[in-house]
Amino acid sequence: MTKKMHITITVNGKEEEFLAEPRELLIYTLRERLNITGPHIGCDTSHCGACTVTLNGKSVKSCTMFVAQADGAEVETIEGIGGPDALHPLQVAFKEHHGLQCGFCTPGMITRATKLLEEIPNPTEEEIRFGMAGNICRCTGYQNIVKSIQAAAAEMSAAKEAAE
Amino acid sequence: MKDEVDTREDRVANLKGMGCSRKRVEDARFTQGKGNYVDDIKLDGMLFGDFVRSPYAHARITSIDIEEALKVPGVLAVLTAADLEPLGLHWMPTLAGDKQMVLADGKVLFQGQEVAFVVAEDRYAAADGIEAVVVEYEELPVIVDPFESLKSDVVLREDTVGEDSAPIDGAHGPRKHHNHIFTWEAGDKAPTEEVIANAEVVAEETMYYHRTHPCPLETCGCVASMDKVNGKLTLWGTFQAPHAIRTVVSLISGIEEHNIRVISPDIGGGFGNKVGAYPGYVCSVVASIVTGKPVKWIEDRMDNLMTTAFARDYWMSGKISATPEGKITALRCQVTADHGGFDACADPTKFPAGFMNICTGSYDIPTAYLEVDGVYTNKAPGGVSYRCSFRVTEAVYFIERMIEVLAIELGMDAAELRRINFIKKEQFPYKAALGWEYDSGDYHTAWDKALKAVDYDALRAEQVQRVEDFKAGKTRKLMGIGLSFFTEIVGAGPVKNCDILGLGMFDSCEIRIHPTGSAIARLGTISQGQGHATTFAQILASEIGLPADSITVEEGDTDTAPYGLGTYGSRSTPVAGAATAMAGRKIRAKAQMIAAYLLEVHDDDVEFDVDRFVVKGAPEKFKTMKEIAFAAYNQAIPGIEPGLEAVSYYDPPNMTYPFGAYVCVMDIDVDTGVPDIRRFYALDDCGTRINPMIIEGQVHGGLTEALAVALGQEIAYDNMGNVKTGTLMDFFLPTAWEVPNYETDFTVTPSPHHPIGAKGVGESPHVGGVPCFSNAVQDAFRAFGLRHTNMPHDHWRIWKTANELGLHG
Repeated sequence: MTKKMHITITVNGKEEEFLAEPRELLIYTLRERLNITGPHIGCDTSHCGACTVTLNGKSVKSCTMFVAQADGAEVETIEGIGGPDALHPLQVAFKEHHGLQCGFCTPGMITRATKLLEEIPNPTEEEIRFGMAGNICRCTGYQNIVKSIQAAAAEMSAAKEAAE
Repeated sequence: MKDEVDTREDRVANLKGMGCSRKRVEDARFTQGKGNYVDDIKLDGMLFGDFVRSPYAHARITSIDIEEALKVPGVLAVLTAADLEPLGLHWMPTLAGDKQMVLADGKVLFQGQEVAFVVAEDRYAAADGIEAVVVEYEELPVIVDPFESLKSDVVLREDTVGEDSAPIDGAHGPRKHHNHIFTWEAGDKAPTEEVIANAEVVAEETMYYHRTHPCPLETCGCVASMDKVNGKLTLWGTFQAPHAIRTVVSLISGIEEHNIRVISPDIGGGFGNKVGAYPGYVCSVVASIVTGKPVKWIEDRMDNLMTTAFARDYWMSGKISATPEGKITALRCQVTADHGGFDACADPTKFPAGFMNICTGSYDIPTAYLEVDGVYTNKAPGGVSYRCSFRVTEAVYFIERMIEVLAIELGMDAAELRRINFIKKEQFPYKAALGWEYDSGDYHTAWDKALKAVDYDALRAEQVQRVEDFKAGKTRKLMGIGLSFFTEIVGAGPVKNCDILGLGMFDSCEIRIHPTGSAIARLGTISQGQGHATTFAQILASEIGLPADSITVEEGDTDTAPYGLGTYGSRSTPVAGAATAMAGRKIRAKAQMIAAYLLEVHDDDVEFDVDRFVVKGAPEKFKTMKEIAFAAYNQAIPGIEPGLEAVSYYDPPNMTYPFGAYVCVMDIDVDTGVPDIRRFYALDDCGTRINPMIIEGQVHGGLTEALAVALGQEIAYDNMGNVKTGTLMDFFLPTAWEVPNYETDFTVTPSPHHPIGAKGVGESPHVGGVPCFSNAVQDAFRAFGLRHTNMPHDHWRIWKTANELGLHG
């Protein structure tokens, strides 16, 4: 058995410290060790994006990253994006525009979309389709996902303008 | 008091009943990462099981050594066929009347087959244990071609032959060869052949509908927990038919059915993948009994693509005859069906080729004959209906290609050829040559609406110009216009001819109205993304006059839900939706008596109006359903039991027949083989529409899965039986980048026999979409002599078609 490594990561604002084998994948840490089950496993080869989390401000597929590589990092999952008391505009828009069906891709999809809207606050449809191409949905055909992201972008821009 | 000032329209709107684009009640948990899928389930002391799988497609197993594996830290047990045999569980029955090895019994028949089940404390330990199991194989000749299989001396299934390799009769009658499974026929052979032999115009074509896979984003899995103290087994899993799974588990394990509780939690897409019973379920149950602890089994993506539930793999040869004017006179279809190593197709028992006999499509074809031969090969078992009713996508692809080929033969426009052969509105109910009775349709109206919406004539004119430009060297892009008109057959089905393992394919709904006027409804189906909790509440809202927002819908727990056959084949709305309406009407009937008592009039003197019963001719005298619900619990009404509950088991009198008209416009780059979908118009007629938003979402999704299948998705094997497309690196799932925006449209032709006239929609877009995308590709090359080329039309194959037609100079 390989020697375990000492890992410290901050997940959704909470610092976690534990010993893990070097081969432990980040998605496994989140789901099995920390009981954060929003991110899902869909493909194991970083194609589907169901496991998408934000790591140090970037979208990352947690199924193909060792937790050892995330030592010291800040991780955000869907659970940290918004909850019953304060939903993120994307969470509202996905429901409003029927941007999900089975819901399995949704946490990764919304997590990725939060970063997309940071990278490009008012994306064109083409920019959304390109920027979301790392996240696969088998149910919706994407049309309503695009619509949801457009609606959230408009909502967020309007809120930002109102604040300024 | 508010009721008195609300207008009738306000009261209708308040219900959020049928016809309303109600937002989904499921979405709150999914958007916040709080869905509860099977892999999210955690129980105290839970173990993890995983399979040692065969690297060979056909081999004898000479030894399995588990000694080293048992020494691996964290590994508790390794099960092999030898361990399951004393329990009689080393083989299990399939849904198709065959049997399948749970763990390899002496040999393996496909790559990835389950050989041993390693049970460990976690996934990593299980993986280590798998590495340490030593299996010795002796390779046998591999057959991946069904035609070769029917000629081969090699016996694939030694358990299905007698002396001298003579085939023993199968579940569907005599077998022609030791690798043959069944022959299934529909229609009249001799008359069909006679008409074709004497016809003035005959078109023939052979097409391969390639093997593919439903590939829901969540793979299959389960958690089995045997409580030895109480003798109760609980099984959570990705089951599209939880009640049937409970019965099957009881029959094969001997545990009494009341001691088994099957729960389908949230399911991350099904598309047919999660209908069948898989070795992982059986092994998890056995492992839980052996270890006394809960055991979880979850497929990884490679397990999923290689071993559970392929779809299609039909070789279809057709002959279609017509008059010189284009009136079709006969159709013949011969199918060679590759079922892999075990016949595990998920079809109603009496239909080994599903509803392939819907292959006369939307056309008035007087004479037809269908013959299907099922064949064993060294490929994975499955044969599920991937987003379609049983084999309906194969049938529709077949007829919609035959129509195109006939149009070429006749030199006719394919839209016009369809129009002159459609079953006419006044012919419904229409008895088709292959046996089905179509319930309702208005094909001409739908077709005209579709062609007008896309300005079909202008598109054809543009295409002619494009061909000229291409020939003149002005462009390297061709234009394809894909047409399809489909008729689905869904809602299986009438118990008289539809059962699975002897279980009639009815469905059910149970409703309890609470005293304060809210309710819970439980159904025998299970949503996998279709939004049942939203739409079934809408049906009830319209039927019983309580707001959909006040109705909880629950499915998937066999301890609480009434028995039903589950969700697949677009059967939820046609069957369980009907049960819901019927149960609602029972509630209403009792409510009417209560209302009459409260209003001090005769039962016949009150009538239902949106959300209340009113005294006929005196609408100011009424009792709302909310008031009636309370009265049911607080008043002693002579001759009426307290409470307000109902249950309905609905046995549909017929299938339903949704239909639709699709047009796809595509530009194809001849030098790269890349298609660009310019436009996709989809008109669906699913009868009465319950939730237009959800219908539209289903259409978008079904079309995207159709795009995948038509343009690249396949489970491909090499001649050694190696799966070449075992991960998402090779298996095509479209991303947002490849998928166009779709235009949706509709007509409404209610089903005459369904209580609310609804027909089902989830699978229509897939069934109609595949031929539409394929026809668009093929149509682009029609002017250059292409008659037919097989799917999937990936860039390489499209380029190859262009090359073979001499378009690369």
